[in-house]
Amino acid sequence: MNAQRLLAARAGVAFVLRRLAAALPNLLGVVIVTFLLTRALPGDPAAYFAGPAASREAIEEVRHALGLDRGLATQFGLYLRDLAQGDLGNSISTGRPVATELVERLPASLELTLVALVLATLIAVPLGVLAATRPGSMVDHLCRVIATAGVSLPTFFTGLLLAYVFYFLLGWAPPPTGRLDPAFSPPQAVTGFYLIDALLDADAELLAAVAGQIALPAITLALFVIAPISRMTRASMLGVLSSDFVRTARAVGLSRARVLYVYALRNALLPVVTTLGMVFSFLLGSSILVEKVFAWPGVGSYALEALVASDYAPVQGFVLVLAALYVLLNLVIDLAYGVVDPRARFEA
Amino acid sequence: MNAAQSPSIAGQARPAGAVSAHQTPDPAKPARVPLLDVRDLHLQFQTRTGVARVLDGVSLHVDRGETLGIVGESGSGKSVLFLALLGILEANARVTAGSASFGGFDLLGSSEAERSSVRGRELAMVFQNPRAALNPIRRVGHQIEDVLLRHTATPRHALQARAIDALRRVQIADPEARYHAYPFELSGGQCQRVMIAMALACEPALLIADEPTTGLDVTTQAAIMALIARIARESGMATILVTHDLGLAGAHCDRIAVMHAGHLVETAPAAELFARPRHPYTARLLASTPYGARSIESLVSVPGQLPDLTRTDLSPCRFSERCDRVLPACAGALVTRDMGEGHHVACHNPC
Repeated sequence: MNAQRLLAARAGVAFVLRRLAAALPNLLGVVIVTFLLTRALPGDPAAYFAGPAASREAIEEVRHALGLDRGLATQFGLYLRDLAQGDLGNSISTGRPVATELVERLPASLELTLVALVLATLIAVPLGVLAATRPGSMVDHLCRVIATAGVSLPTFFTGLLLAYVFYFLLGWAPPPTGRLDPAFSPPQAVTGFYLIDALLDADAELLAAVAGQIALPAITLALFVIAPISRMTRASMLGVLSSDFVRTARAVGLSRARVLYVYALRNALLPVVTTLGMVFSFLLGSSILVEKVFAWPGVGSYALEALVASDYAPVQGFVLVLAALYVLLNLVIDLAYGVVDPRARFEA
Repeated sequence: MNAAQSPSIAGQARPAGAVSAHQTPDPAKPARVPLLDVRDLHLQFQTRTGVARVLDGVSLHVDRGETLGIVGESGSGKSVLFLALLGILEANARVTAGSASFGGFDLLGSSEAERSSVRGRELAMVFQNPRAALNPIRRVGHQIEDVLLRHTATPRHALQARAIDALRRVQIADPEARYHAYPFELSGGQCQRVMIAMALACEPALLIADEPTTGLDVTTQAAIMALIARIARESGMATILVTHDLGLAGAHCDRIAVMHAGHLVETAPAAELFARPRHPYTARLLASTPYGARSIESLVSVPGQLPDLTRTDLSPCRFSERCDRVLPACAGALVTRDMGEGHHVACHNPC
């Protein structure tokens, strides 16, 4: 038994390494495309940074200083050389290394996205199960309405609406200005996630303040992805409920709860887990606008500002980090899938 | 709910190997009270195109220890009948009339809680396509334990041993290892053995085997049928074999009931049915079945097809449209005639 475990663990590690290696070409593709895209964007960073009053010579001087007067191939080669050393370049607007700034800001974005994902899952999965067990009922229709509304309203609009209602009209939420009210000092950075760090500090007041700040942007993002998760849960649950093994479970007299939760739901969640991976990438994408609306100091708002300023390095760095996150997340999902579904365990 | 509180079926108190002893105080007389007694069962499905009257006045009985074959084409209502008796049909099915008594327990009139405590304990069912009929992401041993947990007072520490015993009883090689297997790691035949182990875990009085060998290769089919027959014989369990294969039913059943379009058209002891089929449909079915020394060339298919059961203008005899012996009287109410020797036929003009 022990030897078997060891073999399984070794197979697991090999699987992870293989998957990471297989992701390298994808990441290289992302690097090439973002490099070319940022160069193809309208706007001249040299002119932008030289200022509106700069002379032609001054602009050329800035261009030379930025290295933008060299050929595309040369620029790309230099970029790759820096990347290999873990150097994402410097932001021209702030003058600081992009890697440092991304690392500082990433926890804010991840915390927001993950809270939204957990929130959406906690709402959407029960909603989908209810809709599937009572097709055509009020719950089913409600599920459809919430899902349609959530997915058809743009996130920046939902965000503004929520901020208007819950901050401006009702005064229930704190001002939509970042991760923490300036009256508080942030918790000791352990994970970088304020919710967890505040919990580790055992500071209830701080935790409440942090939760209050993250509530509106997280709800905004969650509303957007309730639709795909609940619809997927409903469809998958309906399929499983009419399957042969659920009939068997009922034929041997198992209780309704056991049939529903142990037999049906666990099987129905398999495609939902896969959907979560896709949903997470939606969330990362749409968090850019939500971060902007709520002045959230994450990587999304950082990239957006850099984009407006034709500041290439932060945009490239942001897209690369997103792509890497996406690769990692899909790996985690495949591993999670293997835990839930024994059939997926030995295929690699 | 544990077993002690569950509604009691007469068979529960039976000593092993002496099933019908307390049912027959006078050994000279056969048991008068059948184990399963279904009377005049009507069932309909609400469908998009209308109401389908899927079962129309079905009556049958099974005695303790007996093996009854239910034979019919796909769509004749044979599976639906037993899913209805177990109470596990979809929500769009409704029993509109009839009664079903199982060892004194009212199968159709009892509450869902009472019925679910009988299902899997006293009245068990195995299905076709065993690989799909087992939960794909649960170890088969745990699936057997689920049944034991539901119906017996087995203490937790003894569960695994009992589940392995159940696997050993269905002659699975290396039951200790198979206990940990998932269905996808087993062959179709092994999966069916697991299904049977699950169904028999609580020693039911009646096993309903719904096409138990469909989808298995021929040698495995024979092994599975032999297994069911052996366990039924050893434990005195009654068996209902639901099949489209008249030959299979003939080889394994004491009596055979033939279903057509929601009617039970003929019931007879197996040998009698094969020797003297009285219903034209049974005769046609026999003519289309390869058994005994029949040559393939002599096989004749049954003409026509099952009528659409949502029709409202169905003749009282639903076979009349396919029948070459039809009389004017066939438009009148359908009656089941007793032909003697336990032979019953629902026909105005029997062969």
